[in-house]
Amino acid sequence: MSAYRTKRLPPALVARTLGAWAAALVVFFPLLWLGLTAFKTELQAIAVPPQLVFEPTLENFTEVQARSDYLKHAGNSAVTSIVSTLLGLAIAAPAAYSMAFFRTRRTRDLLMWMLSTKMMPAVGALVPIYVLAQTAGLLDTLSGLTIVFTLSNLPLLVWMLYSCFKDIPPDILEAARMDGATLWREFRHVVLPLSAGGFASSGLLCLVLAWNEAFWSLNLSSAQAGTLATLIASYSSPEGLFWAKLSAASLLAIAPIVVFGWFSQKQLVQGLTFGAVK
Amino acid sequence: MIVPLAMTLYFSSVRYNLMQPGEHAFVGLENFEYFVTDPGFGPAVANTLLLLGSVIAATVVLGIGLALLVHEPFPGRGIVRVLLISPFFVMPTVNALLWKHMMMNPIYGVLAQLWRFFGATPVDWLTEHPLFSVIVMISWQWLPFACLIFITSLQSLDREQLEAARMDGANALQRCWYLVLPHLARPVAVVVMIEMIFLMSVFAEIYTTTGGGPGHASTNVAFLIYTQALLSFDVGVASAGALFAVLLANVAAVFLIRLIGKNLDR
Repeated sequence: MSAYRTKRLPPALVARTLGAWAAALVVFFPLLWLGLTAFKTELQAIAVPPQLVFEPTLENFTEVQARSDYLKHAGNSAVTSIVSTLLGLAIAAPAAYSMAFFRTRRTRDLLMWMLSTKMMPAVGALVPIYVLAQTAGLLDTLSGLTIVFTLSNLPLLVWMLYSCFKDIPPDILEAARMDGATLWREFRHVVLPLSAGGFASSGLLCLVLAWNEAFWSLNLSSAQAGTLATLIASYSSPEGLFWAKLSAASLLAIAPIVVFGWFSQKQLVQGLTFGAVK
Repeated sequence: MIVPLAMTLYFSSVRYNLMQPGEHAFVGLENFEYFVTDPGFGPAVANTLLLLGSVIAATVVLGIGLALLVHEPFPGRGIVRVLLISPFFVMPTVNALLWKHMMMNPIYGVLAQLWRFFGATPVDWLTEHPLFSVIVMISWQWLPFACLIFITSLQSLDREQLEAARMDGANALQRCWYLVLPHLARPVAVVVMIEMIFLMSVFAEIYTTTGGGPGHASTNVAFLIYTQALLSFDVGVASAGALFAVLLANVAAVFLIRLIGKNLDR
C-alpha cells in the first residue's frame, strides 16, 4: 500500500511536503519546547541532555496560580484588551469615516503623521503620561491602562478602517443619501454591513496587540491592575529563576491569545494588509 | 497625542531631574546636547538602524521562501500554516525569556546542547553576540507576519499567466523572477512599512534579555531614552531623546512615503 502510494506521489510534492513540515517545525520548536518544559519538574527542565520522554506534572501550574494569582492577571488582561479594542473601534470609526468620505488634500498627510507617532518609542511619552495618570489618579487602575491601550492603538485602527471604508463605492452612499437616509442610518445600514470584515480584522489585531502590550503595563500598573505581561516580568529576575515554573506561567499567558489567533488567522490577514494586498 | 507631546517638548527644555525636585530652570537646548553627546548615542542610533534593516531583510527573504513553499497544496498544509504563524501571537516578554533561557542559555539551552552534540563549543549568545541575539528573537516573532501576508498575496497570483509562461518555455526560476516576485512588490512594501512602525521602538526584548549591554552593544534609541528617564531620573534629557526619536520617526515616515507611498495608493 505504501509502496503504491509513494509511486503515485510526484517527487516535487514529496519534497515540498517534507520541506514545509521541516520549516514549520523549526519555527514552532521554541514554543513546543516551552510547552514541554511547563510539564516537567525543575530538575527535568534543566537536564543535560534534554529529556524528551518524561512523566508530565501539573505542579508548576498550581504553583503559578498560588504564587501570584494567575486568574486575576488574566482577567485584567482580558478586560483591558477587550474594552480598549471596543473603545478604539468606537472612536476610530467616525474619524476614518470622515476621512474616507470627505477627503481633502491633507487627509493623506494626516494619516501618515498619525502613523509616524506610532514609530516614536513609547518611552518618549512615558514621563508625561505617567504624570498625567498620576494627577488623574489612574495609576495602577484598569481604566487607566485601558485608556492608554486605546490611545496607543488608535492610529493603526483609524488607518485600517480608513482603507476598508475606502473600498466602499461612493455611489452606494450617494443613493442612500438620495433616499433620505440620516448620517446614522447611512452608517448603520450601509457602511457597517459592507465593512464588517474590516471591523472584525482591525478589532482582532488590536486585541492581540493590547493583550501582548508590555511596556505600559509594566510602568503604569503593579499589584492591582497588573496584566499577564507584568506577571511574566516578575519571573524574569535572576534570583528565584525556575525554568519549569517560568514556562508554565508563560504558557498560561500566551495560550489564550495564540489559540485565539489560530482560529482568527483568515480574518486577521485581510485586515493586516490594510486592504493593500488583494 | 498632542498633550504628552507638548509636555515632552516642555520637559526637554528645562533642567528636570527627579533626584533634585523643585528645580526647573530653563536651559534651552542643553538637554539635546547632553543626549546627543551621550556615549551611548552613536551606538544606539546605529543599533536601531541595524536592527530595523536586518529584521526586515530576514523576514522578507525567509517569508517569501516560506510562502512559496506552502503556497501549493500538500498533505497537512493547514497544520503547517498554524504552526508557522504561531510566534506572531507570542508576547514580546515571553519571547525574550523563552530565547534567553531555554534556547540561548550557554549550559542548558537547546542551542548549546545542539552545538555540543556536533562537537562544537556552545556559544554564550547574549554576552558574545547581544545585538545578533536580539535580532534573532525579533525576526522569529515577525517572520510569521511577513509569511502570512505573502501567502495571502500569492493566492491572487494569476494562474493562467503562470501557465502561459510555462507553455512558452520559461523555467521555474524565470517564472519566479519575472512573474512571482514583481507580484510581491506591493506586499513587501506593506510588510516593510508595518515592521518599521513596530521595530523603531523595540523595547521589551532588550529590557528582558541583555538590558542594553554589555556596554552599549545592544542599546537602541528607545532603550537609551529609558535608561535616561528611569535609571538616571533625568526627565529633561529623556524628553530631549524622545523628541529626537520623533524626529527620526518622521524622517523615516517621509522616506517611507517616497519609497512606498505610491505603491500603497491606488
